[in-house]
Order: sequence, then C-alpha cells, then structure tokens
Amino acid sequence: MKKFELNINQAHFGLFAMAIIGVLLLFGCGNQTNPYTSGDSGALSSDVASKVYVAPGEHDEFYAFMSGGFSGQIAVHGLPSGRLFKVIPVFSVDGEKGYGFNEETKPLLETSHGFVPWDDSHHPELSQTNGETDGRWIFINGNNTPRIARVDLSVFETAQIIEIPNSGGNHSSPFTTENTEYVVAGTRFGVPYPQKDVPISSYAENFKGMLTYVSVTDEGYMDIAFQILLPAYDYDLAHSGKGNSHGWTFFTTYNTEEASTLMEVTASQNDKDYIAAVNWKKAEEYIKAGNFQEVPAKWANNVYDEHTHMATSTMNDKVKVLIPSECPGLVYFLPTPKSPHGVDVDPTGEYIVGNGKLSADLTVHSFTKMLKAIENKSYETEVAGVPVLKFDEVVAGVVQEAGLGPLHTEFDAKGNAYTSFFISSEVVKWKVGSWEVLDRAPSYYSIGHLMIPGGDSKKPQGKYLVAMNKITKDRYLPTGPELCHSAQLYDISGDKMQLLLDFPTMGEPHYAQGISADRIKPRQKKFYPIEENKHPFRAMGEKDSRVEREGNVVHVYMTTIRSHFAPDNIEGIKVGDKVYFHVTNLEQDWDVPHGFSIMGANNAELLIMGGQTETLLWEPKSEGVIPFYCTDFCSALHQEMQGYVRVSPRGSNIALSWSLGEDEAVQ
Amino acid sequence: MLFQKEQNHMKQLPRILMIIASLGLLTLFLFPMWRITLYAPQYPTGVTMYIHINKIGGDSPGTLQNVNILNHYVGMKPIIPEAIPELKFLPIVVITFVVLGLIIAFFNRPKLFLTWAILASVLSLLGIYDFYLWEYDYGHTLSPDAPMKFPGASFQPPLIGTKVILNFVAESFPHTGGILAGISIFLAYVAWFVGIKKYPKNEISNSSDNISAGDKLVHTNS
Ligand SMILES: [Cu+2]
Repeated sequence: MKKFELNINQAHFGLFAMAIIGVLLLFGCGNQTNPYTSGDSGALSSDVASKVYVAPGEHDEFYAFMSGGFSGQIAVHGLPSGRLFKVIPVFSVDGEKGYGFNEETKPLLETSHGFVPWDDSHHPELSQTNGETDGRWIFINGNNTPRIARVDLSVFETAQIIEIPNSGGNHSSPFTTENTEYVVAGTRFGVPYPQKDVPISSYAENFKGMLTYVSVTDEGYMDIAFQILLPAYDYDLAHSGKGNSHGWTFFTTYNTEEASTLMEVTASQNDKDYIAAVNWKKAEEYIKAGNFQEVPAKWANNVYDEHTHMATSTMNDKVKVLIPSECPGLVYFLPTPKSPHGVDVDPTGEYIVGNGKLSADLTVHSFTKMLKAIENKSYETEVAGVPVLKFDEVVAGVVQEAGLGPLHTEFDAKGNAYTSFFISSEVVKWKVGSWEVLDRAPSYYSIGHLMIPGGDSKKPQGKYLVAMNKITKDRYLPTGPELCHSAQLYDISGDKMQLLLDFPTMGEPHYAQGISADRIKPRQKKFYPIEENKHPFRAMGEKDSRVEREGNVVHVYMTTIRSHFAPDNIEGIKVGDKVYFHVTNLEQDWDVPHGFSIMGANNAELLIMGGQTETLLWEPKSEGVIPFYCTDFCSALHQEMQGYVRVSPRGSNIALSWSLGEDEAVQ
Repeated sequence: MLFQKEQNHMKQLPRILMIIASLGLLTLFLFPMWRITLYAPQYPTGVTMYIHINKIGGDSPGTLQNVNILNHYVGMKPIIPEAIPELKFLPIVVITFVVLGLIIAFFNRPKLFLTWAILASVLSLLGIYDFYLWEYDYGHTLSPDAPMKFPGASFQPPLIGTKVILNFVAESFPHTGGILAGISIFLAYVAWFVGIKKYPKNEISNSSDNISAGDKLVHTNS
C-alpha cells in the first residue's frame, strides 16, 4: 500500500513536471519568435530564382550605382543579379587603384582645407536629357567636406570634384535639373555666414543656410553659378521639377526651430517645417541683371583631363550670392508636416511629395496650386524675405497612415509611387492622384532610400525596386560586430511587389540610381589611344624611355608592355632622392592594365590603363638594390615582369644609368 | 535607227565589262584583300588582322601590336609592315593593271581582254604564293630565346581556311577587296567571252557614230 501511494505520488510528480516543461516550452516558443520575421522571411515562391538568375556570360539588364556612404565611393552593381562590378573611387583614397596616391589624382581631393582623403558620399544622380537618364555622367555629393563629384561613365572614373563654400554638410545634393543645366547643393548645417568665431548660442543671429547651384556644361564642366542665402535651417534633400515644374527645385528643411543642441528633441518641435521652392530660372534673371552680391569664399575646383591623364586643382576666391529679400519671386516656403526628409517630384512634374519622417502620413503638394497660391499671394507669413504659402492652398492630398517614418519616394511608369518607411520597415505602394495605398512589402530591416531605375526622372524604366536597408542583423553569415549593409530587390512589374533577392553592398548606400545597360554600354572606352596621350612625362614607346636627374629630383620615364618594364634596371639613384616613376602603359588592348609597385613606397601602387601615364613618388631611405614589379596579372610572363633600382649613398658618384635586356645603358 | 543604236550599245558591252574589270581592281585600295582572325577563350570577339594592298591593319589601331605581343611568347618575329616590300610595289602593279585594262578597253579587242585576264590571274596566284611564303617564314623562323618553346611546332596560319595553333583557332580568308578584285578579273574573262561569242570578229570593232576616233583608227589599221 505504501509502495502504491509512493507510486501515485511519483506519477503526480511526473505529470506536474511534464506540465511545467510543457508550459515553459509554450511560453518559450511564444516569447522567442518574432512575428515579423518568422515564417518564410521574405515570401519566396519557386520561380523567384530564375528572375534574378543571369547566366554565366550574360549581362544584367540594368546598372545600379549605389553610394558608398562612409566609404566615400560609388559601387556599381548589376540588376537583377545584384553582382558587384566595380567600386569607383570618388572621395576616398584607394590604394587598389592608386587613387589619391598617384601624382595625377591627388589634386582631385584638394579643398580649401587642404588635401581631404575621405568623405561621406550619399546621393548618386545620373545626368539627364529631357528629363531622362542619358548615361553620360553620374554626380555624387560629399557630405562631410561639402563637395560634388562627377564621374564619367565612358570610363567609370572621377572626372571632376567641386567644393561648395558657405556650407556645412552637403546633404541635399546633387539632384539634377531636367537637362543637367545644374546640379544643386544645400547645407545640412546652419553655419556662420561668413564663417567666423562666434558663440554657438548666437545661432539665430549669426548662422545662415546656403543653397548652391552648380552649372554643368555640355562637356560636363561644373562651376558654381550662384548661391542663395536662406535662414539657418537644415536643408535635407532636394529634387528639381520636370515638365511643367522644370525651372524649379524643391528642398526639404528641418530644424526650422533653429536649434543648435540636443537636436533630436529641439529640432522636432514644430508641427510643420518647410519645403523651399526655388525658381532657378528667376535666379538666372537676377544674376543676368547683376542683382547679386559677390562675396569672398574659398573653394577648390578640381578637373581631371583625360588627355594629360592628370587632374589640376584651382582655388577660387569668390561666389555670387542672391538674397531672397532683394529678389522677389526667387524662393517660397511650402509648410510640410514633421521634419520632411525626401522630397520627390512625380514623373509628370505636378506632384511634390514631402516625406514627413516623424509622421505616418505623406503630404503631397501640387505645383499648379503652388503657382496659383503665388499668383494670389496666399501667404501665411514671411520669413527672411521668403513668403510662406498657405498649407491648404498648396496641398494636393495626403496619403493617410501609410506606415511609420516615411523617408523617400520613387515612381514607376504606371502612375504608382513607392515610399520607404524606416520605422515600420516596409515599402508601401500607393496611387498618385487618389492617394490610396495599394500594397505593402516588408524590408529586412529598416529601409532608408529606395530606388527604381529612372524612378526620379520623367521616364521611370523600372520593373525593379531596390531597397537599401540600414540594419542587417541575421540576414547573412555573420562577420563579427560590423556587418555589411543589405540591399533588397523587388519585382514591381505586377500588382503586388515581390521580394526577389538580398545582396550585400559596399559601405552604407544611401541613395542609388539605376539605368538600363544599353544607355551605358555603347559609351565604353576600352583603352586610351596612346597617340592622344598628352601627359608631360609620357614615354611614347620604349625608345623614349629614360631617366633624368635635376638635382635630387629624378624622373624615370618608364614604359610597360607585356611583359616587361623599360627600363628595368636603374642605377645611380641616391638616398635622399625624390624619384618620380612616370609609367606609361603602351598596351592598346582591352583589359590589359599593368601595375607598378616598389618596395618601401610610402603611398601605394600604380594601376595604369592602356595608353595612360601615371606617376608614383618614391623616396628611398637607405642604400641597397630595391625590387619593383607589376601587380596586375597581365600575361603568362607576368611573374617575370619585374626590375631593380640600385640605391647608393648620398653623395655617391655612381653615374645614372638604365637598361633593358642586353641593351647598352644609355646616358 | 533606234534598232541600230541599241545594237551599237550592245556592241559596247565587252568594252564596258572591261572598263568595270579594270576599275574594279581599285577596290583593293578601299577594302582589305585578306583577313586573318585569331580566336581564343580570352579573345571572345577574336583578334582580326586585315591585309590591305599597301598596309596591314586590324579591327583596332592596336591590333598589330597585340598580335606581335602574342607572337613574341613563342619567338615569332614581329610583323613590321614597313619591312614588307610587297606593300610598296603591289599598289604600283595594281595601278599598272588598271591603266593597261583601260587602254585595252579603249581598243575593245577580246584577245587583249583575255591576255589581261590571264596575266592578272597569274599575278594573283603568285601573290597568294608569296603570301604563303611570308606565312611560312613567320610561322617557322622562331627566336631561340623564345620564352615558350614547342619543339617541332609551327605557328604558320592557314592560307585559306581554319587551323588550330596552340590555344588559338586561326581563320584565314579573302576579304572584300580580294573578292572584288577576283570578280574584276573574272569580268575580264566574261568580256573576252562575250566579245568572241556574240559578235563576229569583224563586227566587234565596227565603227558607228558613237565609237570613238581611236576605234576608227584601229579599224582602218586592221
Ligand atoms: Cu604586367
């Protein structure tokens, strides 16, 4: 009996224990499963793989140019595959290509602050003709030390970098006009104007916000046309008008509170901030009429010449500034709720979307209504000579409670808009005109910008949408504390968006631009014709190779061709010399760069394209025989592509000599 | 009268053919005679050399340099157009033939057409044989210092057709200029043939209002 009782007790205990474990399991599962990410993590159907599959040897349909963010560069991917083709060095030095290390590209990174070897690149913007992307150039802003760069898409190299004065944080940039008449810049920080030593607390009194128009010629040459002096708001993003609204640019602002500390609170108090509408055609009239102030300002303009294969930096000392109070009709403010981030103009040019990042709604202004409000002088008030239009008189509609934290909107060719919502981590598709939400798709995780090829132009090309997400977490194999940023590709050709692909990206892409490959492929250069080489230190053939000494400066006129350097033996270099290796790549074939690297160089290598000349400075510090070699596997005899420099002590009387093979050393 | 005139025109046919044949040779100055294309995996579109009457070119200005770079691995000597005498005297030979042909057309004698055609054919064959000798020389005269040596191997491209040379597939074919020149020579044969078949010997050079003084002269002399 006793034994039986014990058994019952044991059985009770067993049941009790099982119940507890069961409950624990139940709660455990419930607590640890995120309803947002459980399940299929992206809803993939079986045919998705074939939609992004680009067979070996086949080409992608689109190029995607993704900003590198804190990498300072531009990454070039293919769509729909997501494959990475190239990282174009723009604002940051790049040892791989010798960019910013060789003598030719150093001037590109000159600024009024001296050589600045890094920046934060945010918004790539393709050049446009008649409002369509044309594949000539891509522009990108440098956010930290205000600059705009132009990349030539026939060679995928940086061709020009222009500095923007009177600014701090060039964020609302470079957004082009319909025919690339201008790319724009706008300061993200209010800064003292002119820059001076004042108490930060004197913000409201001493600080200003500057917008800048950079003109672009048919050859791509950028110059500062004029600046517009505005209150010290933070100018966040921009887009120029198109079609009817061509001639205008719209800049979002936040911090209309003009705060300068604990900004996350103090700059978020006003119910509405402004979209600044700038009539740049009017600005041109004022400039023409001489109605501007010419003010001192230091800014660099750095241009790379494809024939000399060299950049030159020019320092400028003044700029034309337009003052709105003296230029009626130049700027209007459109009240827009809750610190609008992106401002996006639909393909017709009629609708201006303000993405109020601290709200759930999207406010859409009408360009026609704006013109009418201006005509009727429906002003709420005036700030620093800028009329503030009445909200009700300009708003066209509101996309109600579409999501949380709208940031950016792009468009397709069928009258739909797609907005990224950072806080609710999703893409929301809505109808332009009826403002109804049509579809929503989650992003993994926390989407920033989104991009549709041509999605900010007059003619969107998109059947794809790329989301650029700020948070990656568990989407890929982990790589320690720092993870790649992640892009996601959606098919938007149907009624419902379909997630196709995740792919990792370089740095932190903010914005991106996409363009069909056939607008870029025909422009490609395969090499530089050697007869067009105008580099002052070129060697037009091996016979032209030589070494010249001027005091302690030595110029080596060197050539490369598969697979040797000429000369490859050099003697008579001395400790303390400054040796410039001017290496001309004589190859005239596609995809045959040669590299040049020498032991102990304190800079980087050279990577020289066919027909190009590049220069590496080398300062030997101790005597010996120093090897150099080609770094780019150029042929079956690449590993033999090497040579020596003999370095003798200071004051040695070893004569300068050089040779290749059996040749007599020439003097 | 109209019938008569048409007949006169018909009598002009061999002469017109001969004029076309002669002038046709001038296409050699417009188009390459021959092309050699090398294909390899890393040359997806091939490397094409064009052999003109007076120069050697390629599908890009750098082609010759690129071919020479490839050839130097196996010790072939560089192709230097300036060192090939044929490229200098061939243009003179061709111009001579054009002028001769035009003079012959002027005389409008089928036998002369035939002589011109045979001479041109023989010279063409000699030219092709000469081309073969050059190819043989390039393919067999190899530097003893070559980085890559393949005992017994020859790198001679095919005269006409396709051949595998190491990692390359070499293709060699007549090109536009060569083909048009061939057609021109063939036209001279046709001119001769039409001349002797359609028109009796005594009629062909029979003068009419349209026939030039030169022909009249020939007629009276014969
Ligand atoms: Cu090399």
